[in-house]
Amino acid sequence: MLALDRVSLEIAQGEFFGLLGPNGAGKTTLISILAGLTRATQGVARVMGHDVQTDFAAARRDLGVVPQELVFDPFFNVREALVFQSGYFGVRHNEAWIDELLHELGLTDKANANMRALSGGMKRRVLVALALVHRPPVIVLDEPTAGVDVELRQTLWAFIAKLNKQGHTVLLTTHYLEEAQALCARIAMLKNGRVVALDSTSALLSAASGSVLRCSVDGELPDELRALARVTGRVVQLPARDAAAVEGYLALLRQAGLAVQDVEIRRPDLEDVFLQVMHRAAIDEERVA
Amino acid sequence: MTGWQMLFYKEVMRFVRVAAQTITGPVLTAMLYLLVFGQALESHVKVYDSVSYTAFLVPGLAMMSLLQNAFANSSSSLIASKVMGNMVFLLLTPLSAWHWFVAYVGAAVVRGCVVGFGVLVVSLVYAVPPLAQPLWAVVFALLGATLMGALGVVAGLWSEKFDHLAAFQNFAVMPMTFLSGVFYSIHTLPPFWQTVSHFNPFFYMIDGFRHGFFGVSDVSPWLSLGVVGAATLAVSAWAMVLLRIGYKIRN
Repeated sequence: MLALDRVSLEIAQGEFFGLLGPNGAGKTTLISILAGLTRATQGVARVMGHDVQTDFAAARRDLGVVPQELVFDPFFNVREALVFQSGYFGVRHNEAWIDELLHELGLTDKANANMRALSGGMKRRVLVALALVHRPPVIVLDEPTAGVDVELRQTLWAFIAKLNKQGHTVLLTTHYLEEAQALCARIAMLKNGRVVALDSTSALLSAASGSVLRCSVDGELPDELRALARVTGRVVQLPARDAAAVEGYLALLRQAGLAVQDVEIRRPDLEDVFLQVMHRAAIDEERVA
Repeated sequence: MTGWQMLFYKEVMRFVRVAAQTITGPVLTAMLYLLVFGQALESHVKVYDSVSYTAFLVPGLAMMSLLQNAFANSSSSLIASKVMGNMVFLLLTPLSAWHWFVAYVGAAVVRGCVVGFGVLVVSLVYAVPPLAQPLWAVVFALLGATLMGALGVVAGLWSEKFDHLAAFQNFAVMPMTFLSGVFYSIHTLPPFWQTVSHFNPFFYMIDGFRHGFFGVSDVSPWLSLGVVGAATLAVSAWAMVLLRIGYKIRN
C-alpha cells in the first residue's frame, strides 16, 4: 500500500507549519520518515539540509519529535529520563535547560516522580520536554494536544509559540483545526497520502467561498440540509454562498417545523476550508478512478 | 559522557534498580543448585582426582549464571522497550548501530560478570576451588558474556512479544547451558552425546572457564578460545547487521 504519494514540501526555517488531514492520510508516516523511524521506499527527506538516511546523525540532532503515543520508561523518574535523553544526543551539563523545560511545562514538582505515577496530561508534558531537551532547531509535534486538558494546551502553545519566535521551526499535526488556524502561518492538507492543499493559512481562509450560517435547532434536519451541514449536537453550520442561500436554508428549517435559535452568519473558519478541500479531493479522486 | 556512554550507563542503572531480581535472585538460584546437587552427588561423582564434586560444580554454575544473565539483560531490555513503546526515544537519537551494540552488550557483560562473581563469592562457603590459571577464567568470562549479550540483542530484536523471547530462552538458551557440562564432565557421557556436546558452543565456554580454576579441562583451552572467539565474532556481526538495518524497530 502506498502511504505517501509524490509529497513535495519545503518548510522554511522559523516557520510554524501545520500538517492536516483525516486519520490515515499519511501525516504520521511523513513525520516518521523525517525522524528516521520509517524508511521511504523512494524520494529524499532532509532536515536543515541533512539527508535523514545518509546523514542521519546530523538530521536527528536538528530534530525534536513529540510522538503521538503516550510512551515512557517505567524504570526512571522525569529528571532522569531528561538527563538520559540529553546524554544520548551528547549534550552535557544540561541541568539549567532541563530546569527551564520543567518550569515552562509545569513539571517542576514532578521532576522526581516516577513516570508511571504521572497522569496522561503530565506524561504528555514529559514527551514535549524530552523532544526539546537537546534544543533542536526543528520541532515536530504529532497531535500533541490529543486528550489534553485546557490548561496544558494553553501552557504548551504559549511555550511553543515562544520557541517559534526565538527562531525554532515548528511542524504541527492536529485534529483541532482551531489550534492550527490560530498557530500555523502555513498549512498543508493531506488526503490518502497526497497533498491536496498547500498555502498560507490566510490565503486558504480567504479563498473559501461565501459565509457560514450557524444556528441551533431542536430536532432532526431535513434530508436536503443534512448532507451539507456540519452538525455538533444542536448546533448546525451550513456553508452559504450568498444571502439568498441563507434565506433558503431558513425557509427549509421553518418548513420542517424546527425552532431556530442563536442565528449567526460568520466567515468560514479552517474547519470549513478543510471540509471543502477534502470534499473536492474526494470528487477529484472519483473522477480519476 | 558521550551518547553511547549514557546509554551504557542507563542500561546498567536499569538492572541495578531491580537488583533483587537481576542479581540476588540468580545468585540464590545458583546456590540452590550447588546445595542440592553438591549434597546429593558429592560422594557419588568424581570428575577430577584432586577436586571434590562441589568444588567442580562452582565454576560451572558461576559461568552458567553469567551467561544466562548476560543474555537476559540485553534481550529483556530491548523487548521491554519495544513492547512499552519507549524505544522511540532511542530511535530518535543520533546513536549509530555501533553505539547501540557497545552500550547494550557492555551492560550485559557487566550484569553477567556481577552475577557470576556473586555466585563464586557466595559459593566459597561450600567449597573453595583453586584458581590455577586465572587469566583463562577472565578471558572466558568476558568472551562468554559478550557472546551472550550479543545473542540477547539478536533475540530482543527478533522477538515481537515477551512470549517469543521466553521461547528463545526456554528452547535454546536453557537446554544449551544445561547440556554444556556444568554438572558433569562430558567424558562421563556415552560417545554419541560426547560428540553432540562438541557442537555446543556453551560447552567450550564452560570448559575453558573451568580450566582457569583447575588447570585441567575436557578439551584444550586454546581450542575453546578458538571456538568461543569465532562464535562471539559471528553473533556480534549478526547483531550489528540487525541493528544497522533496524530489524523490526525501524519500518
